[in-house]
Amino acid sequence: MTLFLLRRAGWFLVTLWLVVSVSFVLMRAVRGGPFSSERALHPAVEQSLRERYHLDWPLWKQYLQYVGPLDWSAQGHRLVGGDGTRPWGGLLALDLGPSFKYRDFTVGEILAQSLPVSAALGALALLWALALGLPSGILAAVRRGTRLDLALRLAATLGIALPNFVVAGLLVLVFVFGLGWLPPAGWGDLAHFLLPSFVLGLPFAAYIARLTRAGLLEVLNQDFVRTARAKGLPPHLVLVRHALRASLLPVVTYLGPATAGILTGSLVVEKIFAIPGVGTHFVNSALNRDYPLAMGVTLVYTVLVYALNTLVDAAATLLDPRIPLEEAG
Amino acid sequence: MSARGPVHPARQAWRRFRSSRGALASLLFLAASGLGALLAPLLPLASPRVLALEGEARAPRLELGGPRWAHRVSIRLRLSEPPRSGELLARAERLLVANVRELTGARPRVLRHGPGAAPEELELALLYRSELDPARGADLEARFASVLASQSGPDGLHVPGGGTLALARVEVTAQDGYGPLGALDRALVALRHRLFGFFQLGPWLGTDAKGRDLLARCVFGSRVSLSVALAAALVSVLVGVGYGALAGYFGGRLDSAMMRLVDVLYSIPFLFVVIFVITLLGEYRAELAQLGIGRMTAFFVVLGLSTWLTMARVVRAQVLALRQAEFVRAARVLGASHLFVLRVHVVPHLLGIVAVYLTLTLPAVMLYESFLSFLGLGVEPPQVSWGILASDALDALNPLSVAWWLVLGPALFLGATLLALNVLGDGLRDALDPRLGRNA
Repeated sequence: MTLFLLRRAGWFLVTLWLVVSVSFVLMRAVRGGPFSSERALHPAVEQSLRERYHLDWPLWKQYLQYVGPLDWSAQGHRLVGGDGTRPWGGLLALDLGPSFKYRDFTVGEILAQSLPVSAALGALALLWALALGLPSGILAAVRRGTRLDLALRLAATLGIALPNFVVAGLLVLVFVFGLGWLPPAGWGDLAHFLLPSFVLGLPFAAYIARLTRAGLLEVLNQDFVRTARAKGLPPHLVLVRHALRASLLPVVTYLGPATAGILTGSLVVEKIFAIPGVGTHFVNSALNRDYPLAMGVTLVYTVLVYALNTLVDAAATLLDPRIPLEEAG
Repeated sequence: MSARGPVHPARQAWRRFRSSRGALASLLFLAASGLGALLAPLLPLASPRVLALEGEARAPRLELGGPRWAHRVSIRLRLSEPPRSGELLARAERLLVANVRELTGARPRVLRHGPGAAPEELELALLYRSELDPARGADLEARFASVLASQSGPDGLHVPGGGTLALARVEVTAQDGYGPLGALDRALVALRHRLFGFFQLGPWLGTDAKGRDLLARCVFGSRVSLSVALAAALVSVLVGVGYGALAGYFGGRLDSAMMRLVDVLYSIPFLFVVIFVITLLGEYRAELAQLGIGRMTAFFVVLGLSTWLTMARVVRAQVLALRQAEFVRAARVLGASHLFVLRVHVVPHLLGIVAVYLTLTLPAVMLYESFLSFLGLGVEPPQVSWGILASDALDALNPLSVAWWLVLGPALFLGATLLALNVLGDGLRDALDPRLGRNA
């Protein structure tokens, strides 16, 4: 297990380095940049902006500054010729640098404001996914072949197929403008994120329902379930104690990709419902050419996804020791 | 190949596929909608681009024949000197409207008139209903210029009632409602004219906030959505199969290194990267255009390049297994060349799985496309795609006017297509590769 985690951490660093370097090169190679907007800046203003963001440095120095952990500016570390007032900086010092567009904020500050919002939305979406997916999957498996099963399976396929902005549009029509139960957009109390999190969680609920149904059907035909039934255990106990536990493995493994998908999906959902989360900032940063912010978000999400996948793989091995850790790499 | 069993595998697969009614229906539906997208100019639809005369969102009406086709002309005059009096300008405007009226035989409605961007500019946008005539729109610009020339002397345009306007430049753009079309599409429009005459379907799905017919926009949007998805899926298949086959065929260290890279790429949130790359590419628009790479091409290449990972994994596993298979070894022992083995034994075995994953990649890519267009980073107006339509619909929603049909139209098209693709993909997987579980 330790070896597995170490190996994972090693590959993780490689991944991260790849993402950082490639996007850094792309970011700096690209012409234009954040200051070439429609309104031309005064050359002196632009010059001072370039100095402030160190765009006048040679590329290798900018790269080292971005990666860290030493700060290369005049106030930077003594080792690289600074005066030592601000020795550390860059990614290795957990500093994502300044935002180009929100000039008084660092990327870290923007993320600190918006990440909790997105995390709350994502967590609630995951909750919806499990709360809807598991029961309907179990129900479909227990009542397999009936109309209920067919209807649930159709609903699952629909949930997977429909993009979330389509579902969002339809639900907004019904619940906001039709029935008037929920507020249209914004962020604040529970009512505000009931609809967005539902929309975000729906496709994953559908996948979980499918996985649960398939897993349960497979397990229900196995000998140990028959044994449990034969010894006279009531059906619901057979289901909960024996079958369900064995059939949940695919669902657990799916939670990693599901969380990644929820993070990505929240780009669109946040835009629809005007939620001030990371996704909204990311889309705006892409539209505004605020590359440090875009890159910071991409990095943070890469870290999150990787960490979650590792966790899920480790959990899968704990649940079913037959699964070798290496395979899951 | 000569040793055929009692039932050919392809036929077996077809039987299994046919037994799934949903998959068969999906296939038929997709074929029909693909054909519809291809032949969109042939269908008796309203114009997807030109605003109707009443410029507001209207709820769907289930009438068979809609209002007549609306054409749009905009005329921009640049005067050599600022006009001396507003009265002269008003009379000049009346002359221009009369010209258009004479040329088209219709009674035009003035959408916009008055000074243009510069003080010495006069701008006039007209809308007129006329019989659908593909030649007329393209031809109108030239005929308008010749009429204007006959009304002018060396000192400028003679305005009836006295006075002249000295014209530096005249720009006339006439839209027949389709936007720029290729030669094949022009032929289709002509055929439509012959088949249906002046008949055009009513606003079955309503009209959007600018009075454009939503049904027509959805059908024309399907051209963009489907072709982007198809092209991107093709790119993804090419890269995925090439990469996977290479890794699987050579095996060993190369294989493990290549698959490591795939693992690394798997843990990157791709939508973020795609958005990042697309904004970066936006900076190099002019250069890419010079190389003949339009925004759309760049768009679907980026989409394709971000969805090939699963394909590469699956193909690699298949090739790896095939390489060890006894019939492949037997062929090698019997002296067959690598090329022959690949062509006869390996590629046919890959086709099934590639077809399955192609149908599963398509909805994924379509989702990406509609996501990005929805976020304003994909297809750009005046081109339409379902993502743009859905985005417009949500923008138009407000408590004062709930234009529900704007949400419903694109949702129907996009939802039905994605549903059909998913069902078809599942059906194909069950039919072609029974070893794979339903939820593998």
